[in-house]
Amino acid sequence: MTKFLYSSRIAPYVFVLPFILSFLIFFAYPVYATIVMSFQEVLPGQTHFIGLANYKDLWNDRFYAALWNSTRYTFWTLVVLIPLPMVLAVFLNGKRMIWSGFFRSALFIPTLTSVVVAGTIFRLVFGQLDQAVMNQFRHLFGFHTINWLAGSTTGMLVLVVLATWRFAGINIVYFLSALQNIPDELYEAAAIDGANAWNKFRRITLPLLKPVSIYVITISIYGGYAMFTESYMLWNGNHSPNDIGLTMVGYLFREGIETNNLGFGSAVGVTLLALTMAVNVVQLKFFGLFKKEE
Amino acid sequence: MPIKRWTPQSLLLLLLFLVLAVLAVFPLYALALASLKPSKELLRMGLNLKWDFEIMSFKNYAFLFSESAKKYLVWYGNSLGITAVYTVLSLLLSSMVGYGIAMYRFPGRNLIFVFVLLVMMVPVEIIMLPLYKQMISLRMIDTFRGVVLPFLVAPLPIFFFRQYAEGLPKDFLDAGRMDGCTEYGIFFRIMVPLMAPAFGAMAILQALGSWNSFVWPLIVLKTGSKLTLPIGLSSLVTPYGNNYDILIAGSVIAIVPILLVFIFFQRYFVSGLTVGGVKG
Repeated sequence: MTKFLYSSRIAPYVFVLPFILSFLIFFAYPVYATIVMSFQEVLPGQTHFIGLANYKDLWNDRFYAALWNSTRYTFWTLVVLIPLPMVLAVFLNGKRMIWSGFFRSALFIPTLTSVVVAGTIFRLVFGQLDQAVMNQFRHLFGFHTINWLAGSTTGMLVLVVLATWRFAGINIVYFLSALQNIPDELYEAAAIDGANAWNKFRRITLPLLKPVSIYVITISIYGGYAMFTESYMLWNGNHSPNDIGLTMVGYLFREGIETNNLGFGSAVGVTLLALTMAVNVVQLKFFGLFKKEE
Repeated sequence: MPIKRWTPQSLLLLLLFLVLAVLAVFPLYALALASLKPSKELLRMGLNLKWDFEIMSFKNYAFLFSESAKKYLVWYGNSLGITAVYTVLSLLLSSMVGYGIAMYRFPGRNLIFVFVLLVMMVPVEIIMLPLYKQMISLRMIDTFRGVVLPFLVAPLPIFFFRQYAEGLPKDFLDAGRMDGCTEYGIFFRIMVPLMAPAFGAMAILQALGSWNSFVWPLIVLKTGSKLTLPIGLSSLVTPYGNNYDILIAGSVIAIVPILLVFIFFQRYFVSGLTVGGVKG
């Protein structure tokens, strides 16, 4: 037996065994189970199939609110959290940059804070009182005090600002790691050919950042549609006024865990699964991951 | 390394990044300042940036260590324990898997890697409900095992260790075999030390993820004395009023260990990500 396990034909399987087990027990089976449950009414002790009833029940205002909020959030985090960190990383990597290491760390520090802590801070910074920091800031420009978290648009703004604050740093690190793998010779050759800074960025940096950009876009879509805790912290739990902070996962959580309606919650989950998969496939197709590279 | 000169462009860049650095650190500064004020002041005035020495004190921090806030220290201990166990085990297991995929050619290798990518792309929140059911039948609800086990073999570090191991020379494998090392001996004695930077970078990411994780522990843990720090802190926020005194000071102290780990391993972190990271 020992000899068998130690043979070099079996060893690779021993190495990947933890993943195979974990994949089967904690991923493949749950995915299968949630798809099955989405066609069931799950009651304590008894479960029966009800066909598409759960999916029909999805056509309600609350689901639309969740879908709209999650999509809007994902869209805005993509718009802000790809170009901004990319440009900042290019600056940080540039020869003109002074104290690059210090700024890298300073911008990364917000990533270390938990959503719970960050959410608490932002709830206070964007508080509804006159003296709250962001309202004070508005006063500087002659605007009046507002209750940021009471409106759908301003609430979304707070969520996106929070995301930008927390994730710009890690995305900068991702882009930096790719930038540092671009050989200097390329830029030198381009300089000899008379390329200016914009041309170098457009013709060399941007194309070579493509793999890392695809990676960052993929995890951003994942993170955007999976967002829940931020809204949970900003709105004191999973119930915001008029569901302005309700997300897909928040809805899944509310139905599945809070009201113990596992079948319906699963239908929300399967919809979310299909949605993230579809968005990612379109995205990967659009940015050409499936095209043969090199 | 070219000599950096103070040109107008470099000064402008410096200014821009100074502003960004202030914006990045500002919320934490606001938190730290608020932690020194009494809870009542926050409720009445909201978070403001006034330095008011009349009312500022370390009372909130003292309260955290007092008898009435004993649960805070319990949560802290739970989080420390879970994070330590999770980080060590997940690094061990995912480095094995990543290394196995990178170093050996075996039937099924590509399929396994595709599965790793698949797990990476599906938000775990989607399988929370069946996992929750599974935990009930495995009797792991309200246990630390239940928190740690389902996500122990994580796709991101596997992906990362694979990338890193791809860059290691395969000659070591043969050399090790010639010297009579077993396949596992080669991994633990030769390859693990070679992958040290990857371990450094992933240790930070995994510890950070575990220390801050929220949704899953929120579902699994029920008893007050078993909660982790983020869940415990969030339980202090209720629609009926906030325990700001313990919440704010507790939040400040919650950042401390992870900040220390970062400062300590910072250099490792960026270089580790750069060498093995997400390159094309």
